[in-house]
Amino acid sequence: MTMMDWLRDQNPSSRAQARAGQAYLNWLRLRRNPLAMAGLLIASVLMLVAIFAPWLAPYDPIAQDLSQRLLPPLTPGHVMGTDEFGRDIFSRILFGSRITLYIVLLVVLTAPVAGLFIGTVAGYFGGWVDSVLMRITDIFLAFPKLILALALVAVLGPGMVNAVLAIALTSWPPYARVARAETLTVRNSDYIAAVKLQGAGGGRVIWGHIMPMCLPSVIIRVTLDMAGVILTAAGLGFLGLGVQPPLPEWGAMISSGRKYLFEQWWVATMPGLAIFVVSLGFNLLGDGLRDVLDPRSSGK
Amino acid sequence: MTSHRLIGMARQVGGTAVTLLITFIGLLAVTFIISRVVPIDPVMSILGERASEAQILEARLRLGLDEPMWKQFGLYVGQALQGDLGLSVRTREPVAQEIARHFPATLELATLATILGVLVGVPAGVLAATRPGSLYDQIVRLVGLMGYSMPVFWLGLIGLLVFYGQLGWVSGPGRLDASFQMMFEFEVTPVTGMILLDTALAGRWDMFANAFSHIILPASLLGYISMAYISRMTRSFMMNELGQEYITTARVKGMPERRVIWVHAMKNVAVPLITVVALSYASLLEGAVLTETIFAWPGLGSYITDALLVADMPAVLGGTVVVGAVFIGLNMLSDLLYRLVDPRAV
Repeated sequence: MTMMDWLRDQNPSSRAQARAGQAYLNWLRLRRNPLAMAGLLIASVLMLVAIFAPWLAPYDPIAQDLSQRLLPPLTPGHVMGTDEFGRDIFSRILFGSRITLYIVLLVVLTAPVAGLFIGTVAGYFGGWVDSVLMRITDIFLAFPKLILALALVAVLGPGMVNAVLAIALTSWPPYARVARAETLTVRNSDYIAAVKLQGAGGGRVIWGHIMPMCLPSVIIRVTLDMAGVILTAAGLGFLGLGVQPPLPEWGAMISSGRKYLFEQWWVATMPGLAIFVVSLGFNLLGDGLRDVLDPRSSGK
Repeated sequence: MTSHRLIGMARQVGGTAVTLLITFIGLLAVTFIISRVVPIDPVMSILGERASEAQILEARLRLGLDEPMWKQFGLYVGQALQGDLGLSVRTREPVAQEIARHFPATLELATLATILGVLVGVPAGVLAATRPGSLYDQIVRLVGLMGYSMPVFWLGLIGLLVFYGQLGWVSGPGRLDASFQMMFEFEVTPVTGMILLDTALAGRWDMFANAFSHIILPASLLGYISMAYISRMTRSFMMNELGQEYITTARVKGMPERRVIWVHAMKNVAVPLITVVALSYASLLEGAVLTETIFAWPGLGSYITDALLVADMPAVLGGTVVVGAVFIGLNMLSDLLYRLVDPRAV
């Protein structure tokens, strides 16, 4: 039996096979959406560039060479030109992808997990636990994200870890909402009652039987949120509150290029292009994934 | 409207008001906690490093810093509810007054941007919904997603570079040319604090034109971001409505398609759209933070970021509270409008 036959088997013999088959069908559906595939391509390229940056970049991203400062794009050796310290902008953008990816991964590993935990606990236990947790969630939702992140970084001090912390602290509430809504729909189903009759406690029911049900909607939300995380991180960097120079963070690069905007436009423009392409990629991918994974939006 | 419905509505509104009050106090709790973990001692920042022991003690008493935390928080909430947000460390002026001075500029920018966003976004979304899958639909989708993906400060820089630097179609940063700025301060009585409105009220159309040439670029850029969101939501609401049976009925009766869409379906689309517009309005107030720094726009965003750079925490947190309160207020407003417009909501 070939791999394809195993995936397409109408009578899967194990749970893993059924799951893999479903994933394969979803993949086929995603593949029909050209915009989503473009998004996937961009996200994959970002990942590869981040991994292989030291081998791809023609120059050191930090070493200065003042004799080469502010060269325009397409100068031999400098595709995107050089910045005010003579550093190759292309190399800096390649290395910057590592910082961006690092921030996105850290936020994605914390905020959705926290939101998932709070949402499932609130939805499962209901009553006053639900009221208190959801009220807290609403309060954080009422906060304008960027401004709260600004205030937090102002207190904690600028830097990458604090920027991640601030972004994570402002982005968990939507996940809690989503997870709670999913929990409410499965809480009273028979299979949960069956698990409870077997003597499973609250923690076991939530961890083993409710959280898995919430995962698809949370994953869609995560993909759609990644672009937002990138933009917020870049915004913090732009204001000088995120990753500090001389590290090649894209937002901070735009900020330092701002001084030369009218004479040497490329210094500020190029990193912005990178931010735009990457977050567009995640948005396209998330949009396509939602069409595929979310049964409610299919057919629309 | 029956009296029964009115009572039901009054009860709901009362409930919402209580929820909002709790949310607002929660918001203050968060800023209070932030202000207490600041490594900067509030006493030191007021008195300076060389204050004597006695002065420090006296200041601590005056600021209520010797009280237990919960009492301090009570004091903080009480002051905030009365509009007292403390003194700015930088200027020693009440933060609330400074914010009141900066807020109209932000409001003007966000309002114009929202108007532009609605004017373009709603028709774009409706047309996309009537031709799902068409090239037009794909374009609206892509343009929308691009709006979601654009760093707003970068868009602002590009806008300045192209439309101000290269083409010279618009005026540069600031709200008025320097020459008009002086005239404005002496000759126009500020009524609303919004330059477009004030100059129009005063009949100074030369100033109005200058102010317009300054505001149109940042407003269009922010409007594009809000258009992205509004057109997307309009499309999905409209698709939903067009699948309903009453639409089929209207079509079967032979009603012109234009009327079916713009009168029958639009009435129902308008209801959830109110919430969307309110949300995008609120998020523009926030998006303005970065845009304002680019365009040297003397609004709330510039106020907060300037304060950040000199670690003026009362100003930063005051600004945060105000933006948060506007957020909450807009949410409540959209909720109320929703109930007024949709008879099923009560």
